[in-house]
Parts: sequence; structure tokens; C-alpha cells
Amino acid sequence: MTEKLRPDLAAAVADIPDGATIAFAGFGMPGTPFNLIAALAEQGAKNLTLIANTTGGAQQPRMPDIGMLVERGRVRKVICAFTAATRASDVLPFTKYYEAGEVEAELVPQGTLAERLRAAGAGIPAFYTPTAVGTELAEGRERRFFNGREYLLEHALPVDYAFLRARRADASGNLQFHRSQRNFNPVMAMAARIAIAEIEEPILPPGAIDPDAVHTPGIFIHRLVQIPPPPLGLWPQKRQERVRP
Amino acid sequence: MSGSTPDAPLGFTRQQMADRIAARFEDGWIVNLGVGMPTLCSNVDIAPRRVIYHSENGVIGYGPIAPAGEEDLDLVNAGGQNVTLLAGAAMVHHADSFAIIRGGRIDVTVMGAYEVSAGGDFANWKIGRAKGGGIGGAMDLAACAKRVFLVMEHATRSGAPRLVGRCALPVTARKVVSLVATNLGVFAPVGEGFRIHELAPGVTREAAAAATGAKLLD
Repeated sequence: MTEKLRPDLAAAVADIPDGATIAFAGFGMPGTPFNLIAALAEQGAKNLTLIANTTGGAQQPRMPDIGMLVERGRVRKVICAFTAATRASDVLPFTKYYEAGEVEAELVPQGTLAERLRAAGAGIPAFYTPTAVGTELAEGRERRFFNGREYLLEHALPVDYAFLRARRADASGNLQFHRSQRNFNPVMAMAARIAIAEIEEPILPPGAIDPDAVHTPGIFIHRLVQIPPPPLGLWPQKRQERVRP
Repeated sequence: MSGSTPDAPLGFTRQQMADRIAARFEDGWIVNLGVGMPTLCSNVDIAPRRVIYHSENGVIGYGPIAPAGEEDLDLVNAGGQNVTLLAGAAMVHHADSFAIIRGGRIDVTVMGAYEVSAGGDFANWKIGRAKGGGIGGAMDLAACAKRVFLVMEHATRSGAPRLVGRCALPVTARKVVSLVATNLGVFAPVGEGFRIHELAPGVTREAAAAATGAKLLD
């Protein structure tokens, strides 16, 4: 069996080359691989294509997000469900670079993004969805009617690497998530050639997680790394609530 | 809890708008609440009816916002707020969460919007000439939920109507909205205009008509 455990975060991302396509799990704070993102920023790979729910930076305190890699000039393109904030009055850190033409972006509805990743992992090259029919996103796309309803063709989205975060793992790479930490983690693991998971609790010996309680099986996971305790390791923070103006 | 603001315009407060929406929830519905005003619906006591709140990040059966000091930082709703779970809750991953949505199991999605048309189109992901957009799960929900209710301000800060004949902004979905609660009242897009279900206290029909960019019907 190949050893999956890596000694530290830097070792877990050391071989990522320029030009790689990387998916980052997380929805809000939960399940976001803050430590792997920070390690990649240190590692220095560039010309990257990054996939995540959002470019980040809408909520405070700001934690490592893909916008930080954009700010460092490492990113060629992002594929996200948010390339602007939910509130029109907010400006994401990403926006400045996008408007200046320094980075490309592909805006994808969130469910389509999740399904494109799942499809990539499931051997499905493309699928039809009713999402985005009749919108600007439908322009130039292949359309087809099934049972009288219009659908759009969407392609699978395979990735080179997935960055994940889980509450618990055993050394076989079996993962367990806590609450809404799960979000994109399982489908990004499936879509990736190499899935790297940062783990919160001490990594357990194989067999310590009941097989019925495994959320993502270790066959999808290639590298595990233990998150150091704070302040060295990064952990979810309580969001600062904004006061309405 | 009150969503009212000190400078609240004439008519319903934010919470009262959400109250009008929640009053329509039927027992057993699976309800998805969008970010912002829609989340105020979950403050409303609709007993004896019970609904199941679904959040796009894979949380099924969440309850009120967690009290200060009791938050689980790994449990958030669509807006990133730390919520609690009710008995019977379940967690799924993103593809399953959107399978629930796309598969047509959401009885109603409640969203905010910049614009809604008399024909039931609405726009809530992109403003003006902005290069980026914030779609999130809105297009999946709008295309696939059984019903789309909106809770939104009736006009922009500069007074331009948000209830219009035709959306000027890029739409999120077409012909899907069945109910709109605003600070001026509750309206249904019916094709030729917006049918008035209810006007907020102190709001005359004339005032509502003046603030609306399409015909109002009684």
C-alpha cells in the first residue's frame, strides 16, 4: 500500500506544477482547506486554474481563499459560482484583478459545478441540466428538449488536484466530515487525479472508522496531512456579523 | 426578533415581508431560503404547520440561528450563518444537495431579487455592467423548485421600480415567480401585470402603482 500520510503541509503540495488545475472544497468556513491553500501560496506554483464555490473574501475575518492566489499573480483562470459578492454593494478582492483582465473567470451555477465534478469522477463526460435555461449563460450552448422541457449540455470537470478538509481520517484515507463541512469535499475528491486532505483530528489507524460511517472512501484520497494546532494551523473562525447600514 | 431598520420606508418592515411569505408555507413543505431577507422566514412561528429547511450546502432540517457561544463553526446555512439542527436533520454533499433541488423536491425557494417582471422572470445575480456575478445556487433553485417566492424592496434607493414589465438586468430564470412580498405589499406576477394580494398598512393603491413599473391588477 502506498503511504498516504505526508509529514507536513509543504510536503503535501510540493510537486504541484505550474499550469495545474486545482479544486478547493469549502462553503463558507466549513470544510475549506485553509492550510493547504496557505501552503500552495508559499509553494509558488503559477498559471493555475482554480475551482471553488467562490473567489472568497466576502466574509470577515478573511481566511486563505483562492482570491489570495489571484492577488499573488498565480492564477490564469477561476471557475466559480461566485465571481462577485452576494450583496451588490460588496466588492470581492478578486474583482479588481478580474476587471483589469489579469485573470479569466468562468461563472457556473453551483449545482452545475457540483454535478460537473461528480460527473468527472463518475465517468460521465457530459449531461443535460435545466439550470440556466433562458439566461445569459445559455448563450452558445447546446440545447435539447426532453419530454417537452429544455435542457443545456454541461461537460464534466476533471481536475488534477483537489484540496479537501475533513474532521477525521484513518491512514487508508477514509474520511468523515462534521456537519456542513462535507459540502464539495466528496465530489472534488472524486473529480481529482490526486486528492489531498487536511485532517483536523489525529489521523487514526486503518479500521478505526467503521466502514458504514465512511463518507468518502480512501480510494479517492491520495494524500493526508495533519493540521497543526493553532496558531500554526488554521481553523474556522466565528464570522463577524455586519451591522446593516 | 425584528428586522426593522430605523430608516424603514413606508409599509412593511423586512420581518413583516418575510412573515407574509412564511404565512404561505404549507405543512410538510421542504423550503429553501436564500441569503438576506429570506432567512428572516425561519424566525416565523408557523405552528402547527411544520416545514423542513434545506440549505444548498447540504444541510437538511436546520433550525434557528445558534445562540452566541453555542455555535458549531462547521455548521452554516447558505448565508454562512451558524445555525442549529432540529431532530431529524441530515447532512449530504453538494451533488446530493443539488440533486434534491434539480430533482424537484423543493416545494418553495424564497429569494431576494433586483428585479421581477410581470411574466415571472427575475434577476438577482448580476448588476449593471459588472464583469462578475454571484449566481451561487440561485439558477438551480429557480429552474427546479416547485415554487419561487421573492422577498425584496419595491423600488431602488433612487426610486426606480423593481417590479417591471420586462427585466433589464440579466435574468436568473424565466416565468418562475409566483409571489413577491415587498415593503409595499404582496403581489403575484400574472403576465399582464402584478395582481395585488395585499397592500401594507398606510400604502394606497395609487402609491403602489406609482412605484411599480408594470400594471397593477386588483
